[in-house]
Amino acid sequence: MPKILTYIEAISEGLREEMRRDPSVFLLGEDIGAYGGAFKVTKGFIEEFGEKRVIDTVLAEAAIVGAAMGAAIVGMRPVAEMQFADFAANAFNQIVNNVAKFHYRTGVPVPMVLRLPSGGGVHGGPFHSVNPESWFLNVPGLKIVAPSTPADAKGLIKAAIRDPNPVLFLEHKYLYRHVKAEVPDADVIVPIGSADVKRPGTDITVLTYHTGVVWALEAAETLARERIDVEVIDLRSLAPLDTETILASVKKTGKVLILHEATLTGGIGGELAALVAEHAFEHLDAPVRRMASIDTPVPYAPPLEEFFLPNTEKVASALRSLAAY
Amino acid sequence: MANVDVVMPQLGESLTEGTIIKWHKKPGDKIRKDETLLEISTDKVDSEIPSPVSGVVTKLLFEEQKTVAVRTVIAVIDTDESAKVSAPAAAAATPSKAAPVAPAPAKQASAAPVPPAPTTAPASGRFYSPLVLNIAREEGIGMAELEQVPGTGEGGRVSKKDLISYVAARKQGGIHFGVPAAPPSPQAPRIESNLKHVDTGDLAKKYPAPQYDILQMSNVLIKMSEHMVKSVHTSPHVQAIHEVDMTRVDAARRKNAESFEKREGFKLTYTPFICDAVVKALKLFPLVNASVEGDKIIVKKFINLGIAVASENGLIVPVIKNAEEKNFIGLARAVNDLATRTRTKKLAIADIEGGTFTLTNYGVFGTMIGMPIINQPQVAILGTGAIEKRPVVINDAIAIRSIAYFTLSFDHRIVDGALGGSFLETIVKLLENFDDKQAI
Repeated sequence: MPKILTYIEAISEGLREEMRRDPSVFLLGEDIGAYGGAFKVTKGFIEEFGEKRVIDTVLAEAAIVGAAMGAAIVGMRPVAEMQFADFAANAFNQIVNNVAKFHYRTGVPVPMVLRLPSGGGVHGGPFHSVNPESWFLNVPGLKIVAPSTPADAKGLIKAAIRDPNPVLFLEHKYLYRHVKAEVPDADVIVPIGSADVKRPGTDITVLTYHTGVVWALEAAETLARERIDVEVIDLRSLAPLDTETILASVKKTGKVLILHEATLTGGIGGELAALVAEHAFEHLDAPVRRMASIDTPVPYAPPLEEFFLPNTEKVASALRSLAAY
Repeated sequence: MANVDVVMPQLGESLTEGTIIKWHKKPGDKIRKDETLLEISTDKVDSEIPSPVSGVVTKLLFEEQKTVAVRTVIAVIDTDESAKVSAPAAAAATPSKAAPVAPAPAKQASAAPVPPAPTTAPASGRFYSPLVLNIAREEGIGMAELEQVPGTGEGGRVSKKDLISYVAARKQGGIHFGVPAAPPSPQAPRIESNLKHVDTGDLAKKYPAPQYDILQMSNVLIKMSEHMVKSVHTSPHVQAIHEVDMTRVDAARRKNAESFEKREGFKLTYTPFICDAVVKALKLFPLVNASVEGDKIIVKKFINLGIAVASENGLIVPVIKNAEEKNFIGLARAVNDLATRTRTKKLAIADIEGGTFTLTNYGVFGTMIGMPIINQPQVAILGTGAIEKRPVVINDAIAIRSIAYFTLSFDHRIVDGALGGSFLETIVKLLENFDDKQAI
């Protein structure tokens, strides 16, 4: 029986099911135990699984990641939480030099998950709103997933935990309680590296993920009334990319808008644009366009944050212009 | 000795005739190039016609108040100043001088009736996307044929859709490459007058003085009457009314008023702000910048923005040509230029023709909400009401804001509520979110 869950409930359920299934799975992070986590993802976990599997750590991200890696090397399956994705910067050396490279250097698997509550739109200001994917996209050895729906969140946290090597799980804070949808009750895994066509269309492809999926789907509904048929591809997995689904869609529509909430310059949009240009050039009927947050730190003031972020209207307007090209 | 024929100019493509109001020269008078030879009157505007050459006026072929078809020779000027006035027109001269000379717009118009030569392979400079070239290659469409495919994309670009529908029509036998389509009619059909002339004498019996005054309608009034009746018979008018918060625009206008006037020499009004928003919105919604012919929609790739102006002669709608190329300052200058020339009666016919969208500001008369009539053959008109301070609710607080009501009248043959409403809302958002920090 499928049930209706919020995005955050789906993550909790995925974690809980994996912990029940596999005793080697355990959680560690700041305030995740007695307090239930800053966002309450792990509320009730310490009661069910005990403090040896739901570990409250010191405020030291490098230590959290390092400890998780050590446990992974000896065969445990740790899921470490950064309270905010921004704080992963404090563990940067552990992540990019140790976690990402260890398997390549030694052949020993590092089956760990790093949960990164990401993104803005929740008035968190410059230190609590980052979308960190670009920090890590250029680090071979890290898989990066970024679900936009409760079902994908649950399916991907399960896939991440079962993956034999490190996965960064980017969970979007705005989506936590703004998105509510059906989640299959069964043990459904969403394979890492598979994109999903969230809305089929014929005129323009939107390549996006996380909040971008919400904006794109809303904009697509508006544009459907203007007889512009938009296809929305939810990447779900940023590393590796599902190039097959991406290119098939671009070849079908001939026009592409790349949309992400992370800031524009050096963002994954540039990578996607290059992919499309290299492999679908002869199928393009318009320049590849990008929409992203503007190149500043995330502002705190709500009107500034609204200006900073893309939104449904901005996306609709970019799509109209692309349709008219 | 060289005689130059002066013809009744065709000052706009919909005009077929003009009335000679006044000759400024008599036969025998010397005239310099560009000196006014005569005044003519057409649909809306009285124009002064300059002499195309310097010389001596030898013949005036029509009397004042005569209405003459365009391109009819109306006067002859001898460029040899010693020429005798009575001398008959000399036979030949150099072709360039003997050719009928008219002001530039007429040349353009007279060139139009010539059917275009079948296009073989002109380097049009049109851009074709990789996809379009790919489809063309697969369908066996050569460059020469591709050049003839009508484009509806940005700047007339042939989009994937254009080419696919072309290919579909071609497969159904609807298109035979090499046979050029009939050229579009060079002249818009002349509007037949729907006003019956009535004799003043008969009316005077029915409406005797001094209880009644009987006034002759001016040309402008007659034309306005015809246009308005034709428009309501042609277009199913639908109105959408949106409330606009003009506070930021007002702030920007006030803040920049002094420096702007000092720099530009005229006052900064609300009009360029609205024009700017309208032009931006039209770029996003090209179907509003269109006209209807039969079962076809003609989408204009340029924006000629008409601005209704009340003049002492009546309603006139001068047009900002290629408004899509103008920035805010450019629009402000164009508005000022047209307004000034409307007041000083210096408008040329070309200034009031070719509009693709019209703006009418009845707010200046205190009107809050109007229901404007579309200026044919356009498909929409924006009416702007008076801007007044009102209490409005923002984030559950009551604030004093400068509010106006904008009405979009649109032609529901091709513009539906979704498109009309989205278009108007875009204008509203552009004005409400106007960046009042930007330098003007």
